[in-house]
Amino acid sequence: MRAGNMSRHLTGWLLASPLSLVLILFLVLPIAMIVVVSFWKATEFSIIPAFSMENYDFLFGSPVTYRVFGTTIKYALIVWVFTLGIGFAVAYFLAFHVRSQTWQIALFLLCTIPFWTSNIIRMISWIPFLGRNGLANSALISMGVTEEPLDWLLYSDFSVILAFVHLYTLFMVVPIFNTMMRIDKSLIEAAYDAGATGFQTLTNVIIPLCKPGIMIGTIFVITLVMGDFVTVRFMSGSQSANVGRLIQNDIALLQYPSASATAVVLLVTVLMVIGILLRFVDIRKEL
Amino acid sequence: MTTTKLSRRGLLKGAAAATAASTFPAPMLWAQNIKDVTLRQFGTGVSNLNEVGQKVKEELGFTLEMTALDSDAVTQRAATQPGSFDIADIEYWICKKVWPTGNLQAMDTSKIKNYDKIVGIFRDGKLNPDSTIAQGTAPHTVGFTSGPGGTDFVQEESGWMTLIPTIYNADTLGIRPDLIGRPIESWAELLNPEFKGKASILDISSIGIMDAAMVCEAMGEIAYGDKGNMTRDEIDRTMAIMTEAKKAGQFRAFWKTFDESVNLMASGEVVIQSMWSPAITAVKSRGIDCVYQPLKEGYRSWGGGIGLSKNLSGLELDAAYEYINWYLDGWVGGFLMRQGYYSAVPETSKAYMSENEWGYWFEGKEATEVITNPFGDAMAQPGEVRDGGSFQDRMGAVACWNAVMDENQYMVRKWNEFVAA
Repeated sequence: MRAGNMSRHLTGWLLASPLSLVLILFLVLPIAMIVVVSFWKATEFSIIPAFSMENYDFLFGSPVTYRVFGTTIKYALIVWVFTLGIGFAVAYFLAFHVRSQTWQIALFLLCTIPFWTSNIIRMISWIPFLGRNGLANSALISMGVTEEPLDWLLYSDFSVILAFVHLYTLFMVVPIFNTMMRIDKSLIEAAYDAGATGFQTLTNVIIPLCKPGIMIGTIFVITLVMGDFVTVRFMSGSQSANVGRLIQNDIALLQYPSASATAVVLLVTVLMVIGILLRFVDIRKEL
Repeated sequence: MTTTKLSRRGLLKGAAAATAASTFPAPMLWAQNIKDVTLRQFGTGVSNLNEVGQKVKEELGFTLEMTALDSDAVTQRAATQPGSFDIADIEYWICKKVWPTGNLQAMDTSKIKNYDKIVGIFRDGKLNPDSTIAQGTAPHTVGFTSGPGGTDFVQEESGWMTLIPTIYNADTLGIRPDLIGRPIESWAELLNPEFKGKASILDISSIGIMDAAMVCEAMGEIAYGDKGNMTRDEIDRTMAIMTEAKKAGQFRAFWKTFDESVNLMASGEVVIQSMWSPAITAVKSRGIDCVYQPLKEGYRSWGGGIGLSKNLSGLELDAAYEYINWYLDGWVGGFLMRQGYYSAVPETSKAYMSENEWGYWFEGKEATEVITNPFGDAMAQPGEVRDGGSFQDRMGAVACWNAVMDENQYMVRKWNEFVAA
């Protein structure tokens, strides 16, 4: 009896240990290291182990930090609104309008086609399209919509957000589509039978049941946008900065402690945002 | 973070060479052993060319491994990982940061065959005896150290060089004459409202700030003590002018890499911007009119050189000196000059260039035949002259050298604010 218990205990530990080991080695340790380094000092060439609040003092004392965090959150919010709108509409269409499962799968795969090429290529391909002499401007001019090429199409907040929406909408579509497919069709019929209009069914039945999917998509999009640096750099022509670029600049100048401090603040911000989001929906319960 | 590390490989090689030298007649051995030597060189993309590596293998017999990195990464590596390279191909302003770490060893000029022929810029700082020395980190100010093992800089030709100069050039603004349609003569034009939304500057703080300073000085807004070593007040005022222009929409974009600058110019997004010489040729090779515009305030210049790791010794050190002597012997110089750069010993390069090429690239004469670069692309048609003219005209009009300032960290912070503004 006792031996059996022991071995059950042991099996449990053994089964859990590979994942725990991987997580400790590749997630917990690196983050702990970043936190530790964020208290170190740096000169132009060397990093000096220390316990100093210098990096945080500078970070919280500089107006640039607040402006840059503001921009980062602004991008995240706007991109979230658009990806949610588009993602929900696409998922709704796939789940409720397309009747045959073959077509559903075919159309869903179609959505993933852009992902067969690299992230960066998809982003950079917007540059010649939106440029001053690009396709978009020539089309607008030949249609008579505008006389002069529109400069704000490229290297602006518009182009940054456009690229983000293009890159990340699928991360919204997939989880929402997934939850929608699990909705029992008889619930919708019941709603109709009870006299609900299409809109009432949407707001009272479908949206509440899709909440976990929406929440997972939201977490994906917000973390991706807040952690990005390359999209902002290329699509704004290096003219605007988000937190990722701040970190990148520090790393390029060997200021690892300062980069770590910024990364820690970013991590805390993102965790807080996710914490707030999880207050609204208990993903575990509803999955 | 710097630790003295004995390279195991270096030690073994050195020991092997020493034993060998004591037992066998040296010259024989040299010829055989040198084939086994591999020197690891790293540096920025400009001079890290595979063609050079191949030629070294053919003519000198040993292997040269090249790694190309951007200038930030080069600085980091030279300063923090002395064991990871044998030869560092760096710029002089990087040398100012890296030399004091002691990761490079001084070079004995008596072992440099063509030392006397190296242009004056790298020796006493003067192109001609009556030249004035430009602002910034002029190469000769960080070109010499007090002796073997020195980590200081001395201002006279001490016989111990920090870097052997290899490649240099004079930078200015690039313009699209077809889209501007009038002569451009001053750096101040970069902030001319006429080019609102059509200008660009490079987003590499240490070089961008210099271009910004050239502009502010040309506008008559700021008189600098030394553009290469600004005071905090000068940095603040410079960045204020640039930030104001940025907010007014003067800049279309900032660029960080070579190809970005080419695309901005070739697509017509930008008509005037800070640019590097090979980027101009890349735009031209697409059949688009682009000029490396000489400006009345002069050029912002840069120079690079090769330094030896402190870990080099014995046979490898001999091979490195062999390499340096070969580098200055003319073949590489000709190869670089046919791309629009200058060689440290121009006269040896002449032997490796045709009269037409020498006339076009160095003397500023009209091309008599089509000028091609080493890769066979046409660079100029008969009758064309080089933008800016001859070597004397261009290198004689340097206003400022790329530099690293005492207030570097402050400047970088201000630059980041500018980007985030």
